Amino acid sequence: MISWPSLVSQLFNGLALGALLALISSGLTIIYGTLGVLNLAHGAMFMIGGYAGFVAYQYTESFILAVIAGSLFVMLLGIVMERVIIRHFYHRPHEDQLLVTFGLGICFVEIVRLIFSSQSQLVPPPAMFQGITNLGFMFYPTYRLAVVGIIAVALGALFIILYRTWLGMIVRAGIEDSVMVDSLGINVYRVFMVVFGIGAMAAGFAGIVNAPVVSLTPGIGDDILVQTFVVVVIGGVGSFPGAILGGLIAGEIISVTSMFNPGYAYVMLFAAMTLVLVVRPHGLLGVQGRE
Amino acid sequence: MLKQRPFLIETLTAIGLIVAPFVLPHLGFAPNTVNRILVWGLFGLGFDILFGFTGLLSFGQSAFYGTGGFVAAYLLTRTGFSNVLGALVIGMVAAAATGYLIGLIALRRTGIYFAMITVAIAEVFFFVEFNPLSDFTGGENGLPGVPTPSFNLGFTTIHFTNGWSLYQFIALCYFIGVIIALRIVRSPVGAILSAIRDNPLRATAVGHNIHGYKLTAFVIAAAYAGFAGGLLGVLQAFMPPDAFTFDTSGQLVMQTAIGGRGTLFGPLVGAAVWLFLQDFLQAALGLGAAWKLVLGVVFVLLVCFLRGGIIGGLVDLYRLVSGKRERRDAETEEPEVADAKATQQPTPAPMQAKEVEHPAYTGPILKATGLTKRYGGLVANSDIDFSVDQGELRGIIGPNGAGKSTFFKMLTCEIAPTSGQIVFEGRDITGLKVTEVCQLGLTKSYQVNQLFTGLTVQQNLTIAALAELRGKFRLDLFRKLSDVKDLTEQVEHTLALVNLTRRADTPVAELAYGEKRRLEIGLALATSPRLLLLDEPLAGMSPRERIETVKLLKSIARGRTMIIIDHDMDSLFELVQRVTVLQEGKVLLDGTPEEIRTNAAVQEAYLGGVHGEIAA
Repeated sequence: MISWPSLVSQLFNGLALGALLALISSGLTIIYGTLGVLNLAHGAMFMIGGYAGFVAYQYTESFILAVIAGSLFVMLLGIVMERVIIRHFYHRPHEDQLLVTFGLGICFVEIVRLIFSSQSQLVPPPAMFQGITNLGFMFYPTYRLAVVGIIAVALGALFIILYRTWLGMIVRAGIEDSVMVDSLGINVYRVFMVVFGIGAMAAGFAGIVNAPVVSLTPGIGDDILVQTFVVVVIGGVGSFPGAILGGLIAGEIISVTSMFNPGYAYVMLFAAMTLVLVVRPHGLLGVQGRE
Repeated sequence: MLKQRPFLIETLTAIGLIVAPFVLPHLGFAPNTVNRILVWGLFGLGFDILFGFTGLLSFGQSAFYGTGGFVAAYLLTRTGFSNVLGALVIGMVAAAATGYLIGLIALRRTGIYFAMITVAIAEVFFFVEFNPLSDFTGGENGLPGVPTPSFNLGFTTIHFTNGWSLYQFIALCYFIGVIIALRIVRSPVGAILSAIRDNPLRATAVGHNIHGYKLTAFVIAAAYAGFAGGLLGVLQAFMPPDAFTFDTSGQLVMQTAIGGRGTLFGPLVGAAVWLFLQDFLQAALGLGAAWKLVLGVVFVLLVCFLRGGIIGGLVDLYRLVSGKRERRDAETEEPEVADAKATQQPTPAPMQAKEVEHPAYTGPILKATGLTKRYGGLVANSDIDFSVDQGELRGIIGPNGAGKSTFFKMLTCEIAPTSGQIVFEGRDITGLKVTEVCQLGLTKSYQVNQLFTGLTVQQNLTIAALAELRGKFRLDLFRKLSDVKDLTEQVEHTLALVNLTRRADTPVAELAYGEKRRLEIGLALATSPRLLLLDEPLAGMSPRERIETVKLLKSIARGRTMIIIDHDMDSLFELVQRVTVLQEGKVLLDGTPEEIRTNAAVQEAYLGGVHGEIAA
C-alpha cells in the first residue's frame, strides 16, 4: 500500500513546503513579536512577491533579477504600509489592527486581480535548476531541491540579521519588552518600519521563489496565510526558532497526509495545532505572557 | 442607546420590517437582495454579540454558518424530512453544539491567537465539507432542491415561496432574532460580556468565570450562524458549498465593521451597503470585478477614520448636534465643588459584608505561613508568616521593591506562591483561582486602576455587584438586569459610599483621577468582601483627596477586615491598628503604629539610619 519511494518523495515535498512556511512564518512572527501587530495581509505580501517577480521576469528574462525585484518591491510595499497606515494602529486595540490589515490584504488581492486577471500566470524555473535530479534512490524535480537550499540560505540570512546585528538585538529585546526598549532612547518607530519591511520581504521572497513550483493566482496567499497561522500557533508567537520548527512540522503533516487523502491534510494540521494548544498553550517554543 | 424606553427598539424594528417591502423597491432593492441582507443581518446578530459586545474577533464563523446550513439542507433534501422550520432549528442546534466544541479549543487563547485559531478551524471545515463529507454535502455541487416553508394551519396552508412572500418568513425570523439578541444584551450576562471586552483581568478579579461567559457568547454566535445558514439554503433553494469559505467569514467581519460593531444592527446595515454597492458598482457603473476593491478601500477607510462604523458615526453625529448643550452644562460644574457639597451630606451607612459561611469560625480571618515567591533567581517574597484577625485593620509598609504588591497578589491568588500556604477563614485557598477567592469574600483594589473604561460608573459597579449576587457563572440570558434582586440597592449604596452618586452615568474615561481611584475601591467594595485588600489606595491623590479617601476607608472598615498598603504613613497610621513592615521580601517587624514609628530598624530601612521620627 505505502510505497517507500513515494513516501520519501512526499517527505521531500514536506521539507520544501515546510521550509517555505518557515520563512513566511518567520516574517509574520518577527513583525508580531516586535510591533505587536498581526499582519493579516501577510498572505497578500507572499502573493505580490510572486507577481512582482513575474513582471520583472517578463522584462528581464532573468530569474535572479526577478527574485531581487520581487523581494525589494514587497519590502518597499511593507515600509510604505507601515508608514502610512499601520503606524496609526499601534495604540489601537488588536481587533482594529486585525481589521485594517485584513482589509488591506483584500485590497492588494483585488488590485492584482484587476491588473493580471484571475487567470494563472507561469514563471519558469531558472535554466540551471530545470529538469529532474537522480538522487540515487529516486528522481526528484531539481528546482524543488533548489528551493529547499535557497530558503535555507534566506533563513540563515534572517538568523544573522536577528542574532548577529545591532538591529536584531533591538528586535529581540523588543520582543521581550518593547516598553523598555522604547525608554532606552532607541527610535523604535524607525526600527518598527525596518522590521515590517524585512518581515514583508520574507513573505515576498518566498512568493517569488515558490512561483515556479505552482502557478500564480491572486488568491494564492490565502491558503498560505492560514497555514502560516497554524505554524505560528504550533511554534509559538514571536519565536523565530518556533516558526522554523512549526513550519517543518506543518509542511510534513500536509505532505504526508496528502499522500493518503488530501482532504484530510487540514484536519491533521488542525489536530496537531489542537494538541499543541492543549499540551503547551504558548506553542512549542513560545514564551508565556505574549498575547 | 440600548436602554431607552422599553420596547422602543423592538417597535422600530417591527415597523421597519413591515415598511421595507413598500419602500425598498423604489430604492432599487430587489426582494431577493433584501432577503439576503436579512440573512446576513441575522448571521451578524450573533456575531456582533461575540465581536462587538464581548470583543472576540472570530474569522471562522463560516464554519457554523455552513454547518447549520448543510444540516438543515441535508434533512430537507435527502431524508424526506419536510418540516422546514424544524430543519432550521435542528441545523441551529447542530451549529451551536459544534460551536461549543470548537469554543473549548479556540477560547484557550485570546486576542490574535483566538483570531488565528478560528481562521484555521474554518478552513478545516471547508476541506471536510468538500472531501470526506462530500457524500452528504454534495461536495462542490452543494445540495440543490431545498424547499421553502409552508405552515398548515388546519383551515388553510400558508406557503412562503419566493420574493416578498419569502420575505415575510425571513423578516419574522430576523425580528425574533433581534428580540432574543436584545434580551441577551440587556441581561446580566450581556453586562458581563461588555465587561470582558473592556477589562478581562478585572472581570475575573471581581469574581466572574469569564471563560464560561466567553464560551456562552461563542455558542450564541454559532447558533445564530447556524440558523442563518439554513435560511440561506431556503432562500436560494440550494445550499451552496461556498457558505463554508473563508470569504464568508471575512465578508461578515467586514459588514459588521462597516455597519458598526456593538450595535446589533451594524451587520444588517453593513450587508445592505455591501450588497447595494455590489449591485450598483457592477451593474450601474460597469466596474465588473473591481467592485470588491472599492468595498475593500471603503472598509479600510472606515476602520481608520470611523471606528464605530456607519451606525457609530450617525450616533456621534446625533450626539454632536443634540448633546452639545448638555455637555456644556456638565462641564461648568467643577468636581471639587461637587465633592464639597457631598461632604456635607450625612455619611451613608456602612455596607454589609457578605454573610460568613461558617459563623462559628472565630480564628484569624487570614493566615499565611511560609509564603515564598521566586521569579527565577529573584526572591520577591521569602518565608512570610502573616496573620490577621477578624475585624482588624492592618497596614503594610515597606520601601519600594519590598515585595508588598507581590504579597498581595499571592493572597488574592492572582499569582501562585512558590511555596507556603494561605488560609482564609479556616479554609486553605492556596492554588485556588482569583475568581473563586473573590467569591469566598476576599478581594483587592489595584495599585494601578483596573476599571472597565468603556462603561459608566454605574455599569462598573453593576459588574462587580453581579458577581456577588449571581455567583461566578449563571446563564440568566433572558433576565432583565433590573430584575436581579438587591442589585440596584447595592450599586446605589456603593455609589454613595465612594461618593460618586452624581457621576453615576459618566463614562469612566471622563472621570478625574481621584474619582477613578474611588471607583477602583468601589469595584472591590461592590463584591461585598469580608476581607478587603487595598494596594496603595492613596497613591497619586491630592492632600484634599487623601482626607476624603481616609474618611471613606474608615467608613467601609466597619464590619469588615482590611489590609492596606500605602506609603502615606501619617494617613495609614491614623487608620490602622497594627502595621507589618516588609523589607526585601521578608517581614521586618510587626507592631502598633506607635511601636513602628519609633523603631530604629524601620527608620534604618526607610531613611538609611538617619535618626529621628519618620516624617511622611
